[in-house]
Amino acid sequence: MSIDGVAIDWLNFTPWSSLAGGALIGLAAALFVLFNGRIAGISGLLGSVLEGGEGRAEKGLFLLGLLLAPLLWGLFRVLPTIEFQSGWLGLLVAGLLVGVGTRYGSGCTSGHGVCGVSRLSPRSLVATFAFMAAGFVTVFVLRHLLGG
Amino acid sequence: MRKLTALLAGLLFGIGLLLAGMANPTKVLGFLDLAGAWDPSLALVMVGAIAVAAAPLAWAKRRAQSLLGAPMQLPAKRELDPRLVGGSLVFGIGWGVAGICPGPALAILLSGHWQAIVFVLAMLAGMLLFTALERRRSH
Repeated sequence: MSIDGVAIDWLNFTPWSSLAGGALIGLAAALFVLFNGRIAGISGLLGSVLEGGEGRAEKGLFLLGLLLAPLLWGLFRVLPTIEFQSGWLGLLVAGLLVGVGTRYGSGCTSGHGVCGVSRLSPRSLVATFAFMAAGFVTVFVLRHLLGG
Repeated sequence: MRKLTALLAGLLFGIGLLLAGMANPTKVLGFLDLAGAWDPSLALVMVGAIAVAAAPLAWAKRRAQSLLGAPMQLPAKRELDPRLVGGSLVFGIGWGVAGICPGPALAILLSGHWQAIVFVLAMLAGMLLFTALERRRSH
């Protein structure tokens, strides 16, 4: 369980598709800031659209693109595996925590983790460290201490 | 034109999430499970994204307007307050419970899995709860 005892799951390791997918995410974030002058942070965009803030049309269209992505993908290829580990109660609790937490924390994996870390924003570096650490600890507790 | 670039950026973002494996909660939890059989793939998603986005974002920082004449709206806040850390910790716990964060949640909403619909409804409720609490605080 020590850090030097980390066992890599080589069977499920997908370096190339993950790197390429990451590059596409980065390209999308780059296009959004270059053309629209906005940060591609999903929780911020969603919260802003819900609250009826400024730029609702552009933000809503970005989110619409995100929603349509699996349909576009499905026109050309079979969708990749999407497999859940939680039942409805777990999903409800997780969704609530993610919704409240990302709004109080002003961002999520995209806004802080990709855009903010790219800009070396101190707030985003702190936020990213916090949510990654909390994610690692939560999975450790649920899987290995409580043995789910 | 800006509406079109917004839609395209969103589409591309979603395709990237699907390709990267971020839209598969099992894979995300495999990344967050350091003590199990660890799947480091998702670290490479961040590497790839940052490698591509860093230069355009740095360029944007020095500009007042986007290429299409929109005002450049980058976060100006600098202080590290308890809300930032507390909120991020709560988000991380929720991420660790189900392996889903906001981008992938939307990217799989229309993929035909009921679980995605439950998660997104709960996430929207959480966001609306934040808005309601903030409005009360400011009164």
